[in-house]
Amino acid sequence: MIPAKFDYVRAGSLDEAIALLVEHGDDAKLLAGGHSLLPLMKLRLAQPALLVDIGPLRELSYVKEENGYVALGALTRHHDIATSPVALAGSPVLAHVAGQIGDPQVRHRGTIGGSIAHGDPASDLPAVLLALGGTLVAQGPNGRREIDAKDFFLSFFEVALSPEEVLVEVRVPFAPGGQWGFEKLTKRAQDWAIVGAVAARTPTGVGVALINMGPVPLRSGAVEAAVASGASAAQAAELAAEGTAPLADFNGSVAYREQVARVLVRRALERAGV
Amino acid sequence: MQIDMTVNGTFESDDVEARTLLVHFLRDAVGLTGTNVGCDTSSCGACTVLLNGQSVKSCTVLAAQASGEQVTTIEGLARPTGEMHPVQRSFRECHGLQCGYCTPGMVMAVTSLLAENSEPTEEEIRIGLEGNLCRCTGYHNIVAAALAASVNPELRT
Repeated sequence: MIPAKFDYVRAGSLDEAIALLVEHGDDAKLLAGGHSLLPLMKLRLAQPALLVDIGPLRELSYVKEENGYVALGALTRHHDIATSPVALAGSPVLAHVAGQIGDPQVRHRGTIGGSIAHGDPASDLPAVLLALGGTLVAQGPNGRREIDAKDFFLSFFEVALSPEEVLVEVRVPFAPGGQWGFEKLTKRAQDWAIVGAVAARTPTGVGVALINMGPVPLRSGAVEAAVASGASAAQAAELAAEGTAPLADFNGSVAYREQVARVLVRRALERAGV
Repeated sequence: MQIDMTVNGTFESDDVEARTLLVHFLRDAVGLTGTNVGCDTSSCGACTVLLNGQSVKSCTVLAAQASGEQVTTIEGLARPTGEMHPVQRSFRECHGLQCGYCTPGMVMAVTSLLAENSEPTEEEIRIGLEGNLCRCTGYHNIVAAALAASVNPELRT
């Protein structure tokens, strides 16, 4: 499988990348690690006219502690997050989940920014950001702005970035020793989650989010509220399907996914010490 | 577009279409056909090569993305004298292959795995090879070969 024809430019700087996005608008797509975009292009589900390769911009590859956050450059690769001492200490759930994505080869290429900007409801990292109450930093021709993770995922594969913006940084609260649980149901190693659940203790309570239970990654407000009012993990998890809209496919019906969500949320809450 | 990269220590340069995948550049332009195309969907790992020392699936990397970088394929593991790399020898000694189609990718994935974790447990090897499929299901001896290679002192030098 070969992608449709496109033009390729390797951006020498972030400013150059933004200028190219301004010039080409919707015809251009950013290329980071390529492990979401290139498979779509090989299937010809995506046929951008121009790829702006920002992968080599190493100044956007870092994990550091800053102002109470773990700040990750958008081009930090999953492998580098999973093995980062700062991430392992300051956001162990993020480091763990980064190490569960795909397989080693995928983690050597895929980036946190690419995964999140792609907006796939079946991918793992967006749910972690939602559960942790993370923040995204976007840069465009008019400067930088911060976007709450809960406001970032708009609809199926659509996120709150304008065509001229680049996701440059991901922030999650610095929370060493914070308890968390991550549960993912797959039929085979390296598969996407049929259903997944994240629960994490944050400074403001226990955050809970679901993977692949609707058109966007979902924060589970009903479960969070139940936990906050003293419900047990089992009691709170009974509410896990509230507000979800999973699709039925060859992996399972809607009712099956709802049941799996309840089970995985209970397990994730128990692991998070609820 | 003009690209160039170092493949197995040799400078390679060519004028290719931007959409050329790394695996096709290696096979068709450079002529190194040891790297196989299996699933073509970044699932099976048959096309695994090392990009700057790390395993990647060359069916999901553009040749343009690898321009200016260092690539190692299965042909680049053996010494110039022809003596096989310790991981290759372990695969032979442990009979870590049946039809052989997945073998170049498996050997490259094991080489990368051992570079990151020189003393893996059997479980770590099985998890570390989750990106490589063997349709002969010969995993037992592949894992044995990886374990045998991991204790080879030549890999520590």
